[in-house]
Amino acid sequence: MKDRTSAIKKTDSTITFANRMDHFLARLGYNRQGHRVEAGLYQLGEPDQNSPVFASANYTLSFDALRSHLKGVNAYILVLDTKGINVWCAAGKGTFGTDELVHRIEESGLASIVSHRTIIVPQLGAPGISAHEVARRSGFFVQYGPVRAADLPRYQENGIATPEMRRVTFPLRDRIVLIPIELVHIITPTIIIAAILWVLAGPVASSAAVVATLTGTILFPILLPFIPTQDFSMKGLILGTIVAIPFSVLFGADQNLPQWVAIIRMLIPLLIIPPVVAYLALNFTGSTPFTSRTGVRKEIFRYIPVLTLMTAIGIVLGILLGISRLTGVI
Amino acid sequence: MFDSYLENTLRFHDEKCVSCLRCTEVCPHGVFVQIDDRIICAHSTRCMECGACALNCPAQAIEVKSGVGCAWAMISAARAGRDMDEGECCCGGERGSCCE
Repeated sequence: MKDRTSAIKKTDSTITFANRMDHFLARLGYNRQGHRVEAGLYQLGEPDQNSPVFASANYTLSFDALRSHLKGVNAYILVLDTKGINVWCAAGKGTFGTDELVHRIEESGLASIVSHRTIIVPQLGAPGISAHEVARRSGFFVQYGPVRAADLPRYQENGIATPEMRRVTFPLRDRIVLIPIELVHIITPTIIIAAILWVLAGPVASSAAVVATLTGTILFPILLPFIPTQDFSMKGLILGTIVAIPFSVLFGADQNLPQWVAIIRMLIPLLIIPPVVAYLALNFTGSTPFTSRTGVRKEIFRYIPVLTLMTAIGIVLGILLGISRLTGVI
Repeated sequence: MFDSYLENTLRFHDEKCVSCLRCTEVCPHGVFVQIDDRIICAHSTRCMECGACALNCPAQAIEVKSGVGCAWAMISAARAGRDMDEGECCCGGERGSCCE
């Protein structure tokens, strides 16, 4: 049997500047696959055979959240290979799963390193882990820790997670950290569309496009819990209509235009901006910790046709106005 | 009105329940509640179909069709002509994506 202890990697609870830089880049979506730690067994402090064992993912944000909240604790951390994905998403995919956990327990020789048979798994890893299967296959009893690593000291102290520690929340801070990556995704198409609109319809139309996408990606996550209704698409339509109103007024304000032209000009932002915001809002469902697939599917079937129709009518009206102007009708 | 999240695929067969409390431990939305020695599925509409309860129930008393409620993944799958429900969460793919 090879010497197990020499294979144990060392870590500590300190978050360095380099770690923070890495977290920042991860939040921006830069080098998406690159924010990894090596999978395997780590020792934190000076653990002995009675020290607790925590399971984690090999995504730096997950691993760093765990170790930084175990200050002064002597423990082992068993890092699963989740392909650089956080615990919850990896559990959903199954990479933070029963097979990988059992495999890492066996490969690390954990049974000969600790005398107890308990492994603390983050609660959000549960969608991938079958605790009774792990016990049957590895002999290790899975104890689900709290949702948030920040609750670990209290959890360790009391030996139990309170109902409040077991509940997922989606506070402002958690919503805000998601904004950069959403922005990175839409920045290129937004610039292209804004440039085209600038040429075709002028600076106001161009800025309307920018406002619509920024509303969907920045304002929507911030205001999420405060916008009425449950459906993300409807929330987006409501928020989109509010931001479309100033543009509608601005477009229809030209006194020299015939009335029918003014009405059409007022309608266009109201027809296009709300569905754009609603679509971005709908796409935010995957980032939230509470939308079910059944519900999201229902939303897609309910709203996508409406959003498509609104946008199509808006675009057709815009083209008609353009043609009228070119042909000298107005 | 405007609530697509009232129904889901969560089914609790309480006659099979052995009151081990695992479901109350793993559910991130407090769907299952312990009352005296029994478990009741008290807040089923809060379920996000993550599947943790069913996977961790040693008595198979819980059924849920688990999946990721991500419109992005589902729309991408539909666009590519695949089954929407097989739309794998795109996180970590080439494009990176929604979840952190």
